[in-house]
Amino acid sequence: MIHSLFLINSSGDIFLEKHWKSVVSRSVCDYFFEAQERATEAENVPPVIPTPHHYLLSVYRHKIFFVAVIQTEVPPLFVIEFLHRVVDTFQDYFGVCSEPVIKDNVVVVYEVLEEMLDNGFPLATESNILKELIKPPTILRTVVNTITGSTNVGDQLPTGQLSVVPWRRTGVKYTNNEAYFDVIEEIDAIIDKSGSTITAEIQGVIDACVKLTGMPDLTLSFMNPRLLDDVSFHPCVRFKRWESERILSFIPPDGNFRLLSYHVSAQNLVAIPVYVKHNISFRDSSSLGRFEITVGPKQTMGKTIEGVIVTSQMPKGVLNMSLTPSQGTHTFDPVTKMLSWDVGKINPQKLPSLKGTMSLQAGASKPDENPTINLHFKIQQLAISGVPRSLHSKTF
Amino acid sequence: MTDSKYFTTTKKGEIFELKAELNSDKKEKKKEAVKKVIASMTVGKDVSALFPDVVNCMQTDNLELKKLVYLYLMNYAKSQPDMAIMAVNTFVKDCEDPNPLIRALAVRTMGCIRVDKITEYLCEPLRKCLKDEDPYVRKTAAVCVAKLHDINAQLVEDQGFLDTLKDLISDSNPMVVANAVAALSEIAESHPSSNLLDLNPQSINKLLTALNECTEWGQIFILDCLANYTPKDDREAQSICERVTPRLSHANSAVVLSAVKVLMKFMEMLSKDLDYYGTLLKKLAPPLVTLLSAEPELQYVALRNINLIVQKRPEILKHEMKVFFVKYNDPIYVKLEKLDIMIRLASQANIAQVLAELKEYATEVDVDFVRKAVRAIGRCAIKVEQSAERCVSTLLDLIQTKVNYVVQEAIVVIKDIFRKYPNKYESVIATLCENLDSLDEPEARAAMIWIVGEYAERIDNADELLESFLEGFHDESTQVQLQLLTAIVKLFLKKPTETQELVQQVLSLATQDSDNPDLRDRGYIYWRLLSTDPVAAKEVVLAEKPLISEETDLIEPTLLDELICYIGTLASVYHKPPSAFVEGGRGVVHKSLPPRTASNESTESPETAPAGAPSGEQPDVIPTQGDLLGDLLNLDLGPPVSGPPLATSSVQMGAVDLLGGGLDSLIGGPNFVAPPAAAVPANLGATMGSGLSDLFDLTSGVGTLSGSYVAPKAVWLPAMKAKGLEISGTFTRQVGSISMDLQLTNKALQVMTDFAIQFNRNSFGLAPAAPLQVHAPLSPNQTVEISLPLNTVGSVMKMEPLNNLQVAVKNNIDVFYFSTLYPLHILFVEDGKMDRQMFLATWKDIPNENEAQFQIRDCPLNAEAVSSRLQSSNIFTVAKRNVEGQDMLYQSLKLTNGIWVLAELRIQPGNPSFTEYSVHD
Repeated sequence: MIHSLFLINSSGDIFLEKHWKSVVSRSVCDYFFEAQERATEAENVPPVIPTPHHYLLSVYRHKIFFVAVIQTEVPPLFVIEFLHRVVDTFQDYFGVCSEPVIKDNVVVVYEVLEEMLDNGFPLATESNILKELIKPPTILRTVVNTITGSTNVGDQLPTGQLSVVPWRRTGVKYTNNEAYFDVIEEIDAIIDKSGSTITAEIQGVIDACVKLTGMPDLTLSFMNPRLLDDVSFHPCVRFKRWESERILSFIPPDGNFRLLSYHVSAQNLVAIPVYVKHNISFRDSSSLGRFEITVGPKQTMGKTIEGVIVTSQMPKGVLNMSLTPSQGTHTFDPVTKMLSWDVGKINPQKLPSLKGTMSLQAGASKPDENPTINLHFKIQQLAISGVPRSLHSKTF
Repeated sequence: MTDSKYFTTTKKGEIFELKAELNSDKKEKKKEAVKKVIASMTVGKDVSALFPDVVNCMQTDNLELKKLVYLYLMNYAKSQPDMAIMAVNTFVKDCEDPNPLIRALAVRTMGCIRVDKITEYLCEPLRKCLKDEDPYVRKTAAVCVAKLHDINAQLVEDQGFLDTLKDLISDSNPMVVANAVAALSEIAESHPSSNLLDLNPQSINKLLTALNECTEWGQIFILDCLANYTPKDDREAQSICERVTPRLSHANSAVVLSAVKVLMKFMEMLSKDLDYYGTLLKKLAPPLVTLLSAEPELQYVALRNINLIVQKRPEILKHEMKVFFVKYNDPIYVKLEKLDIMIRLASQANIAQVLAELKEYATEVDVDFVRKAVRAIGRCAIKVEQSAERCVSTLLDLIQTKVNYVVQEAIVVIKDIFRKYPNKYESVIATLCENLDSLDEPEARAAMIWIVGEYAERIDNADELLESFLEGFHDESTQVQLQLLTAIVKLFLKKPTETQELVQQVLSLATQDSDNPDLRDRGYIYWRLLSTDPVAAKEVVLAEKPLISEETDLIEPTLLDELICYIGTLASVYHKPPSAFVEGGRGVVHKSLPPRTASNESTESPETAPAGAPSGEQPDVIPTQGDLLGDLLNLDLGPPVSGPPLATSSVQMGAVDLLGGGLDSLIGGPNFVAPPAAAVPANLGATMGSGLSDLFDLTSGVGTLSGSYVAPKAVWLPAMKAKGLEISGTFTRQVGSISMDLQLTNKALQVMTDFAIQFNRNSFGLAPAAPLQVHAPLSPNQTVEISLPLNTVGSVMKMEPLNNLQVAVKNNIDVFYFSTLYPLHILFVEDGKMDRQMFLATWKDIPNENEAQFQIRDCPLNAEAVSSRLQSSNIFTVAKRNVEGQDMLYQSLKLTNGIWVLAELRIQPGNPSFTEYSVHD
């Protein structure tokens, strides 16, 4: 099981260590540093590193490496999932998960880690339970604690710990009962020069924020459940009911959580609401290239497209770009070769475009990679895969 | 007001200052001081000097302070064992606290204090907590047993905690069950031999129920535990699968993968015609695809596992090629894994798409990735014949880019394509030759040289090309040197007239100027070949090469099956069995996929034939003798055995009574006193035992016509130990000749040839009478049956046990050794019937110590049947009597080395029959 945890920042300093069994010397991390050096970028550090006596499993999030040390045969996914859970918990507790924040709250972090694992076995990983055991720091609580001498460690056994619904605490009360569901879909598509889609697939998640009193039992039904044949659920969802009736029935955790994630493959595809026209050309002879992209709406069912951001990784040979946007702002980072264009809203009457020239490395042959264009956008009240839903609630 | 202030005191007297604060009267100040201590600890500073002061703060009502002190204790107790004792009292007291949180905290912390002295005090509180009314305490206590076991295994066993832990598997609370399973699994891992988790259908059922209700982590433990269970038949396997499938939709990828493991393993047992089998296959694909949208680290582990799954059951993901296409922002380790899987999934149906992708990848920036992509194109060409042409033209396009490493990589793979499809694509050689100068990596140079040498007759200036390489011969790597040597010799054989000088030059370079023995040896061989017999040289050097196999990088089937059992573990990430990398000291149990058993067939499996045989056994004295005896009497078979009792102290070979039993009983009839069976030399008894039970074996089917008992083939040499060659076999005796029936199975990926067999000296001089004849090469997954005639004229050496035979088998890969026990009945000769008078006389002369006695139970045969059955095995009935309702049979047999064995067999109308044997020379 999980032996120890080291938190390492991107400059290679160990700034926190926690041991659940015997103490493992931090020199074990040298193997990690070696691997880190070999990988040119932090993202490319391999997640599993063997050392003579231990195995190091790491995840890289928020510019911090979370390195778990294990000694026996343990499912690596279990460890990695757990590490991600640790990060999520920190984020939940402190709002952001960064080195200064962790250092600022080191005692809480330590207490939380101790609650999450016992002898390497996960103990309490649901944030509801953790928050009852160790209360998250807030300014108000800090003040109160200082005055009254009370602590932020709960002294009662959390009620949810052993119930059938471990993810929800009892006695939740709200004056305003509300529940929000966000459908976030990532479309992976290849679009040709003329703007028509060649292939596309959708990775979607439904994130929920539920603030309801008591023990609400919710059902959520979909207009088009057929599309969701590849789903994974939060443990609160009753799987039997989904299998038989294609209805999501669940007692939600309190607060933010990810209800389900799904995958819609190319066969079921519905039209993509935006298109990008691009004209990027490098010429062999000159050190200048032409660059032009235009973004426009397509089948949006009358909704406006907002928050459009276009990013593109330019080839290494591009030294700089001089571009003029018809709206929004753009930046080009000559070090990472990342072009970013914040478009904002799309006005169908006047399509936003970005035109200009690229200066290329003199003498080098024209780059043979084609830049990928990444487009972020938001449309209120529309899911591309066509899985709108309706919600019913029963409260007990 | 943040905790970072705790880090700021870096003055010299820090420890001293903290000490003062810890001893302060003010509670607040104390707590702050402990926090500072903890903060120092988290960054790896040594604050163990403060131990007594921190422990003093332990007695408090403030839970936070208590927890902080506990945290400190866990870290430093080991360094201050004597001081740690001071804390024991508080722990014991806390274990009685009315608040379950505190009880659990205390028992949890105590387990983490790895000090022997403390563990003694821990036992009582732990025992109480294991039976606590609060499930939270029980589940914490369950984990504590595992901790304690890690510190002092003996103590845990002595105190009976393991049994209590096993009882917790039936606990009413699923969380407790999950933790108990986790703890037991961890203990079992360090003691692979112990039978801690012996699962039966009832406990499986409990686990499956708990599975639905416990936390995600608990589900992982339970699923991993389920994967170790082997269901008794396909129905049970199916019902477990049905209850496990809902886990595939879990958000936690570790749960998903553990569920996949259980399903993959149990699927082995399901018949492929079953509807359910198809449904299951369909259900497995989506969760695997979903894993690929998770964080990159998870993707990596998932991909390594999918790599195994795709090899085992390609049908699951055959339509999902697209999800393995590389995304531009994947980390490199994910990209490389995806490429591997793309190639495995490539087929005629999707090759166009795959090639288009691969070509795109080959223009990326990352060098490693590009290289692998180019290689992938080559592998596609070899795997999917129809696409070969497209692949070659793609590779040519890539060569035109003139990107150095792309060109080199392309040349390496084109060489393989030439090997696979000879005489098809040689037209591209000209293009390749243009790039000769840009090659700077040994592998590419070697490949290019190979191509030039192989096709020397089509390349006009082959001699010039090779000569140009020769200039820097000594600076080349060995790989290139060897290749160059061979290529020039090939060239010489093809165009002898104009290249004589060149070949002499290279031969002298290789043999005289080189320090490398490989190179020198190869040089000399060529030299001699060329100088003695150029025609032979031509035949050797230009021999037709075997085709290269389609997939050279597949995992061997036996290893693959084992790895499938380890899906989701480190073993699956490294594609090595745990025994290959787990720390020494802990034994590792080899896991294997369950064999398919259909519920409508009875449970008998062919491998276990002797098990059901009734056998004469005297378990108390010579536990194993039953086997041989059984063999002797086995119904259908004849020849049981008894080894010449060389093992005893008697000097003369054979003068030992095999089964004891006195002469007088023969003659004197009724009063026979059975000599104590213990008189039988143990090793002899053992050999005999198994034979006898086989002989009497009633359950084995109707015998062959010849009447000779043939034991079912047993695996003598598993494929794992012999680089893929599996040998199973048995011995037979038919009409006076002994033979060894072998079944050779090639489980490796390469063709096996050149088989030969040899026996070590053995007790009866058994030796092959003819060489081992395997006519055709044995291709992968092929099996041949061979009957090898044996004689007994080989040299003799007494073996232990007597019927032990050591065999060496050689093939083109290696030499393998194994030993097997042959049934003695193959040594019983046909003229083994002794004259009655002679029998009587001999029986009298047998010294007591040469006697042995066995009892054979559950043998429902009557005297005639036994007699005829034994006769078919060359055990002859000399006389028969009926004494007090019991049939007495007097038997004789003769071994190939001339030893006589005499026996008396008493058959009671009811079950057990009594045998006595004696041996005479």
